[in-house]
Order: sequence, then structure tokens, then C-alpha cells
Amino acid sequence: MAKISLIVNGNPVTGNVDPRTLLVQFLRENLRLTGTHVGCDTSQCGACVVHLDGKAVKSCTTLAVMADGHEVKTIEGLAADGAPLHPMQEAFREHHGLQCGFCTPGMIMTAIDIVHRKGHELDDHTIREELEGNLCRCTGYQNIVASIAAGAKAMAKSDLA
Amino acid sequence: MYEFKYHRPGTVRQAANLLVKNEDAKLIAGGHTLIPVMKQRLASPPHLVDLSHIEGLNTIEMKGRSLVIGATARHAEVATSAVVGEAIPALANLAGQIGDPAVRHKGTIGGSLANNDPTADYPAAVLALGATIVTNKRRLKAEEFFQGLFSTALEADEIITKVMFPLPKKAAYIKFRNQASRYALVGVFVARRPSDVRVAVTGAGSDGVFRVDAFEEALKKRFSSKVLEGIDVPAEGLNSDIHGSAEYRAHLIGVLTRRAVDAANAKE
Repeated sequence: MAKISLIVNGNPVTGNVDPRTLLVQFLRENLRLTGTHVGCDTSQCGACVVHLDGKAVKSCTTLAVMADGHEVKTIEGLAADGAPLHPMQEAFREHHGLQCGFCTPGMIMTAIDIVHRKGHELDDHTIREELEGNLCRCTGYQNIVASIAAGAKAMAKSDLA
Repeated sequence: MYEFKYHRPGTVRQAANLLVKNEDAKLIAGGHTLIPVMKQRLASPPHLVDLSHIEGLNTIEMKGRSLVIGATARHAEVATSAVVGEAIPALANLAGQIGDPAVRHKGTIGGSLANNDPTADYPAAVLALGATIVTNKRRLKAEEFFQGLFSTALEADEIITKVMFPLPKKAAYIKFRNQASRYALVGVFVARRPSDVRVAVTGAGSDGVFRVDAFEEALKKRFSSKVLEGIDVPAEGLNSDIHGSAEYRAHLIGVLTRRAVDAANAKE
């Protein structure tokens, strides 16, 4: 077993894990943060995307021990319980950017990463290119793209990053 | 995934010692090939040595007339590096086409080269640009480094520390992606170097990355896509699978090389 300590959604956490524990397993099973999903489990679908030191990564392809000493943000860390949603979450709600919702946490974490790297004015082409690593089997992407464009703009006026 | 012990060395020397001490230990940096392979139980190393926390191993800088990229530089870092963009824009472009954004935040150049996947992108750039692979023990020329499918000249306790790219006069990489995996069905890197022209092909060869002599000779005389017309690449020795036949891949090599030459010439 390996001792790890990291910051998750702003809070210091520790764990005693088998080194083969994936980051997504640690988040879901040890910390009960079940907003991060496992879809394909082969680093293709993006349902497991979280931010590691501020960058979108696939938590199904990251070992929890490799995150030791680092900072992780999950979908649960975007807005406090009972507080208004993060502008990107609100944009997905407003623009009907989901149907079954399984891919949504990963989509939103990826969307916020896109805004961090590419700014608040995103054209459809950029968004579609950047969504290469996130699969949705319901929406046909149209409303996801619309949600991200709107969420990116809304983030410019928000305190939530 | 089978059990393993995890090690996090602080220096390359410590990492090398761990490799010597622990038989069948594997290096990990981004983990974007190794972790999936371990999940499938195709690999079961008893020890993992994590290079990703070794300071200074991801440095990207110009040294003399060479672009030097540290082994743990991530694809996203190479793709967006101003130094790479200035020195060899084709290399930045290549790095930005690997996988998807989240994969590029983790995968490293050293990991890609050490794995030598026959459909990976970096091997084409390293071979075409005539790069030198620097390890904790020696310097290896690209030609001696790649030794066929998933095999390299690296010894069991050898660690890639950096890759040195001499600057080409012109270069371009054109990739025909597999739509599902984003790996290269065929990728061609063309480099016009001060003394010669090199054309390196990934994705197509059943023995990994290779150069196309006939194209290189023609392009050395005149660096124009026109000189390639009428020169065919034989399908012999190329991959054939559900994604494309050897003949199709042979055809793509010609098409992509012409596009790469045009792209390299357009950058003036």
C-alpha cells in the first residue's frame, strides 16, 4: 500500500491505496465523489475527465499514486452545495447540452479546460476540434457545442474559474 | 491490472539504480500507453519507476543550432512551446495532433519514443529530422535507435533524457488519422535538411517507422511535389488490416508525401 496526500476540490485529503488504484477509482470509491464517471475505461470517451493541476486529464488513465502531492478538481468542486451553478454547468442546463447525462461531468470539465486555454470567444470549429476526446451517445453534440460557446462567454463575467 | 510496487525517484541516477535493482521494472512518465496495456494485462511489470517528478527532465530549449526537448516534455508543452514553434513549427504541429487534448496533457516525447509504436507520430519526426536521442548512458542516432516493432536500442537500465533536433531548412508533417483511435493510419514527415532530404513514414510499415529512399533522392534534386509523380511506393512490407490494405497505405504514402512537400514549401 502507498500513502498519498493531495488536494481535491480545495480540501487536503489522504489515502492509503494499492499502487494500481486509478485516480478515478480513488475519487469514486475512497472519496465517494461519484460525479466523475467511468465510460470506456480506455482513455477515449472522456467521461472521467478531471483537472490535475489545472489541466484536463483522463482519470481512468492516471494512477492515484501519480497524483500524490498534486491538486485535483472534479465536477463536484465547481460550485458549492446550494450555491448557484458554475456558469458552464448553467449553460449546459440552459442549452439542453445533455440527455442521459453520463458524459456531462467530463464534457463540462473539458469545456472549462478549453476556456482556460483558448479564451472566452470560441467558434464552433474550435469547440468541435477540442471535444475530440469526449464522446456523447445521445445529443449529436449540437447542443453541447452551443452550451460550451455560451458557457465560455458567461465565464468571462463570473468569479468562478 | 496486476500488483506492482511504485517508485518515485528524484533524479535520473536514482531512477537508473531502481532499474538495475529491480528486474523487469518499467519506467512510467505520462502513462498513456503503459497504463492501458497494464489494464489489459498485456504487461505486468512488478515495479513502476515514475519519471514525471524528476526536475528539469521536461526542459525545452535551444542549444547552439539544435532544439533540445527533455524526455518528460508533454505533447501539449511541445505543441504550444514558443521555442519549438519558432525552431521547428512542423514538430509543434505534430505534437498538437497526438491523441486528444487530455491525452496531450499527460503523454511525453520520451515515452512515445521508448515505446516505438508503429503508428506513433514522434518516430517519424525523429527519423526525418535526423535527431539524436540522448540517454543516461550515450547518444543514439535515430537510425540506430528504432529497431522495429515496439523495439529500440535502449538497454534494460537505460533512460532517455532528451532528444536533440538539428534545425531543418523546411519541414512538414501530414497525418492521415484513424478516425477512432487518432493514431496515424499513415503519417509522413518530410524534412529538407542542409545536406539532404529525408522522408520518414509512420503507421504504414509492418516493421515500424522507415524512410523512402526513392522519394528522398528525387526531392534532393528538386524539392517540389512534382518530382514525386510517377514514383510508386511498393506495398510489400506494409501493414494490412481492417483499417486499410497495404496497397491503400502505399498509395497514401505518395499522396501524403506530396502534401507534406507542398506544406513545407508553403511555409516560406
